[in-house]
Amino acid sequence: MTDLASDPTTVDLFALAPELSVVVAALLILLVELALTGERKRYVNLIGLVGVVAALAFTVALWADIGDGARAAFGNAFVVDAYALLFKGLFLSVALFVLLLSYRYFSEFRTYQGEYYVLLLGSFVGMMLMVSARDLVMLFVALELVSIPGFVMAGLRKFDLRSNEGALKFFVMGVLSAAILLFGMSVVYGVTGTTDLAGIAVALETGERLPLLLAAVLFVIVGFGFKISAVPFHFWAPDTYQGSPVPVTAFLSVASKAAGFAGLLQVTFVAFAPLADVWAPVLGVLAILTMSLGNLLALQQTNVVRLLAYSSIAHAGYMLVPFGVATATDAALNSDAFRAVLIYLIAYAVMNSGAFAAVTAVTRSQPSRLVADYAGLGRRSPGLAAALSIFLLSLGGVPPLVGIWAKFFVFSVAVEAGTAFGLVLAAAVVLNTVVAMFYYLAVVRTMWMDEPTVEEPVAPGKALGFAVGGLAVLTVVLFLGIGVFTDVAGVSTLVASG
Amino acid sequence: MSWEQSAITITVALPLVGAAAVALVPRRNEDYAKVLALLVSIGGFALSLAILVGYDWSERGLQYVASVPWIEPAGISYTVAIDGISLPLFVLSYLLTFLCAVYSFHHIEEPGRPKAFLSLMLLLQAGMAGTFIAFDLILFFVFWELVLVPMYFMIGIWGGPNRQYAAIKFFLYTLFGSVFMLVAFLAVYFAAPERTFDLVALQQYGAAGEFAIGFQRLAFLGMFLGLAIKVPMWPFHTWLPDAHTEAPTVGSVLLAGILLKMGTYGFVRIALPVLPDAAVEYAPLIAVLAVIAIIYGALACLAQSDLKRLIAFSSVGHMGFVMLGIATLTPLGINAAIFGMVAHGIITGMLFFLAGTIKERYHTREIAALGGGMLKTTPRLGAVLGLVAIASLGLPGLAGFWGEILALLAAFNPAPELVAAGWLTLYRVLVVFGAVGTVLTAGYFLWMMQRVLMGEPPERWVAAPPEDVSPIEWGAWAPLLVLTVALGPLPFLVTAITDADVTSIMSAFGA
Repeated sequence: MTDLASDPTTVDLFALAPELSVVVAALLILLVELALTGERKRYVNLIGLVGVVAALAFTVALWADIGDGARAAFGNAFVVDAYALLFKGLFLSVALFVLLLSYRYFSEFRTYQGEYYVLLLGSFVGMMLMVSARDLVMLFVALELVSIPGFVMAGLRKFDLRSNEGALKFFVMGVLSAAILLFGMSVVYGVTGTTDLAGIAVALETGERLPLLLAAVLFVIVGFGFKISAVPFHFWAPDTYQGSPVPVTAFLSVASKAAGFAGLLQVTFVAFAPLADVWAPVLGVLAILTMSLGNLLALQQTNVVRLLAYSSIAHAGYMLVPFGVATATDAALNSDAFRAVLIYLIAYAVMNSGAFAAVTAVTRSQPSRLVADYAGLGRRSPGLAAALSIFLLSLGGVPPLVGIWAKFFVFSVAVEAGTAFGLVLAAAVVLNTVVAMFYYLAVVRTMWMDEPTVEEPVAPGKALGFAVGGLAVLTVVLFLGIGVFTDVAGVSTLVASG
Repeated sequence: MSWEQSAITITVALPLVGAAAVALVPRRNEDYAKVLALLVSIGGFALSLAILVGYDWSERGLQYVASVPWIEPAGISYTVAIDGISLPLFVLSYLLTFLCAVYSFHHIEEPGRPKAFLSLMLLLQAGMAGTFIAFDLILFFVFWELVLVPMYFMIGIWGGPNRQYAAIKFFLYTLFGSVFMLVAFLAVYFAAPERTFDLVALQQYGAAGEFAIGFQRLAFLGMFLGLAIKVPMWPFHTWLPDAHTEAPTVGSVLLAGILLKMGTYGFVRIALPVLPDAAVEYAPLIAVLAVIAIIYGALACLAQSDLKRLIAFSSVGHMGFVMLGIATLTPLGINAAIFGMVAHGIITGMLFFLAGTIKERYHTREIAALGGGMLKTTPRLGAVLGLVAIASLGLPGLAGFWGEILALLAAFNPAPELVAAGWLTLYRVLVVFGAVGTVLTAGYFLWMMQRVLMGEPPERWVAAPPEDVSPIEWGAWAPLLVLTVALGPLPFLVTAITDADVTSIMSAFGA
C-alpha cells in the first residue's frame, strides 16, 4: 500500500464519513434526549436510525468510489477497502436491526433511553473502526470502544441481580483480557519496532522467533478470544446474555462477536501470518474445545436465551476452524480460510439476529424465557413459529437455508488443507453438527408438537414483525444467492495477501 | 429456454411452488388444500411422464441437460440431467406422491391439518425427485438434505405414540451420515485433477484412475456412511423400524417407496463410478453386510407382532438384496438392484398403504388382535393384502421376483476384479445364504397371511365387519397393483430403460 499517504496527520473525511455520521447521531441523541420528556424520549431511536442509514449510504458511496483500490487516513492506520466496507455494511445492517428491536423494548423499559442509544451507537463506531484498523494502536482503541459501552449496556437492567452479575463478569473478564492484549501488543512492538500490521508481518518474516514473541502473539489472540467468547474465555457469555436486555444480547452475540472476529482476522492473517504454524494449531484446538463445550452445555439448557448463548459459543468454535488450518506459506489456502470466516459471519449474523428477534417477540408476552413457554407456538402464532424454526434449522445447517453454506465453507477449507489435523477438525464439526441439531430440534419440537399452555397468540408489533419476517426471507434468499458474497469475499482477500 | 433444457427444472420446481401455494391456503378453507395438492401432484406426474416419453431412446445417455453456474468461486453449479438409471426412480417418485395425494382425500392421521401435511409432502417430493436428477455433488447433497425437515415433521406431528423419538432419531441419524458424505464430496473436489463437483467429469476421472487408492479408501468411507445409513444397511438400520412404524401412512409409503432408494441410487450414481478402486475393495464387505441384512431382516420379521413393524423390517431384507446386487459390481447386478428398488417401491409402498388402512378400519395393527379371517370380514382388503404380500416374498410372476433372483444370479458371478482378488468363494457362499433368506422371507409372509387372512374371524369383526376398500382407495392403489402384476411377466419395462446406461456407467469395472 505504498501509494497511500503515510503521513499520520492526513485526514480523509470521505473515508471517515460512515463513522462520523454515526458519531454525530450519537451526540445529537445526547442533546435531544435532554429536551424530550416522558413518552417522547423514545423518539431518539429515530435519530439513531437516520444516522445509521446515512452511514450505510456513505458506505455504498465509498464502495462505488474505491473500486478495487482503497482509501486511507491517519497514515495507513485507517484503511477503507472492500473488506472493511463489507464488514461496515454488515455492522450497520445489524445496527439497524438492533434499533428496530430496541424501539418498543426500551420505550416500555423507560429508563436510560438516551444513554442506551449513545452507548449502542458508540459501540458500533468502535466496530467500524476495528475493520478499518491496520495498526495495533488503532485496533486496541477500536476494541475498547466496542467493549466498554457493552459493559454498561449489559448492566442496564439494574433491578435484576442477574443483570448485575452478568455485567460484572463481563467487565472483569473484559478488563483482564484487554490487559493481556495490551501487554502482548507492547511486546510485539518491542520486538518488531512497528505497530503497523503489514510492517509487523515484514519484520516477523525475517526476524528471530524469540519465545517471548511467540508468547506475545498468543496474548494478543487471547485478547480477541474473550471478545468472540472462545473457550476458555467464554464464562462471561451465558450469564451476560441472560442478564442483559434481549436487544443487547442480540447485539453482543452478533455484532460484538463479528467485530472480535474481524480483529482476529486482521492480526492473524495480516500481522502474524508468518507465524501461522504457531498460532494455527492453538486456534484449531480452541475451535474443537469451543464448539464441543458450547454444544454440550447447550444441550442442558431450559432457558432459551442461555441455549442461544451456548449455541453462539459453539458457532464461534466453527468459525475458528478456518484459522486452525491457516499456513505461513499457502496463500491460496489462507485466502479460502479467510473467505470461509467472512461467509460464516454473514450467515451467522442473519440467522442469529433472526433467532433473537423471534425470542424478543415471545419474551414480550412470556417474560420467563423458558423453552417450555414455546409449547404450541405453532398453533398460537404459526408465522412466528415458522420463522423461528427457519432460524434454528439454519443455525443447525440444513438446506435450503443459508446456514448450510456457512458450514460448507468451513468444511471446504478444512478438507482443502489436506492435513490430518484438517480432517480431525472436519470430523469434529460433523459430530458437533449432529449434537447441535438435537437441541435446535428440541425447541422446534416444543413449538410444533407440544400442546400450548396458553392460548393467546404472540403479538410482536410492527417493527419487530418486520425484522423477523425480513430476516426469515433473507435466510432463504441468501441460500440461493450466497454467491454475491463469495465474490466480494474473493476481492477482500487482498487483505490476506498483505 | 427450450423444453429440453427446462423440463427437469420445471418438473422439480412445481412441487416446491405447490408446497408454498398449499401453505398459503386460508385456514377456513383447509379442504381446498387437498384439491390443490392433488392438482399439483397430477401436474408433476404428467410432467415426469412427458420427460419419460420425450426421452430419446436411440441416443441414450444424459438428456434434458441444463447447467448454470451457481456459486462460482466454490465451483458449485446447478447441473441437472436424466438418464436410464434416474428415469424409473424419478417417475416413481411422482407416481407415489400423486397416489399419496389421492389417498389423503380419504384419510390423514390425527391431528389432521391437511394444509400443513400436504405442503410438507410436496416439499418432500421436490427433495426426492431432485436427488435423482442432480449431476452436481453439492446440488445432490442439497436435495438429499431437503427431505429431512419435511419427513421429520411428518413423523413428529402425524405419527404414532412414540413419534417424537422416532422423528428425531431419523433426523439425527441421517444427518450424521450425510455430513460425512459432504466431507467426502469435498475431498473428491479437491483431489480431482481439475477441481469440480460435476459428476460426469468426476466419473471420467474415476474411470481414468486419477484418484490414488489411499485417498479413495477414505473418501469411499465417508460416502459409505452417508449412503449406507440412508439405505439402511445392517447395522445402520436401527432408525428405520422406528421411523416406519411411527410415521403416518403417507410418510411410510414415501419413506419406503423413495427415500430409501436415495441411498442405493447414490452408490450406483456416485460412489462406484467416481471411486471404482475403493469400490472393489469395499464390495465384499458390502455384500456380507447385505446378506446379513437379508437374514437378519427375515428373522426380525418372524419376531414382530405389529403388522407395520413387520413390513418395516421386511424393507431391511429387501434393501439387502438391492445392496447385494450393487456389491457384485456387474451390469447384471446393478440392473437387478434398480429393478429391486422399483419393485420394492411399488410393493412396499402398497403394503404401507394397506397397513394404514387396516389400522384405520380395525383400530389395531397387532397381528394377534386382528385375529385372522380378514378374507371373510373384508374380503377385498384381504385379497389385496394377500396378493401384495405374495409379490413381496418374491413369487415368480410378480414384480418382487426379478430383483431378488437377478441379484443372486449376479452374485454367483461377480465382477472380474472381485474374482481376481479371490472373493469368488465368498460371493458363492453368500448366494447360498441369500437363497436361505428368500425362504425365510416366504416363511414370515406366509405365516403373517395365515394369521391375518385365514381362519375364522373373531366375534367382534363378524358382529360389525369393518368397511371394505373404498373407491378412493381403489383409485390410489390401482396403479400400484397393476404395476405389481405387470412387472412380473414384463421385467423389461424397467430393464430396457436402465440397461444401456448401467452398462456404460459400469464400464470402469470388469473391462
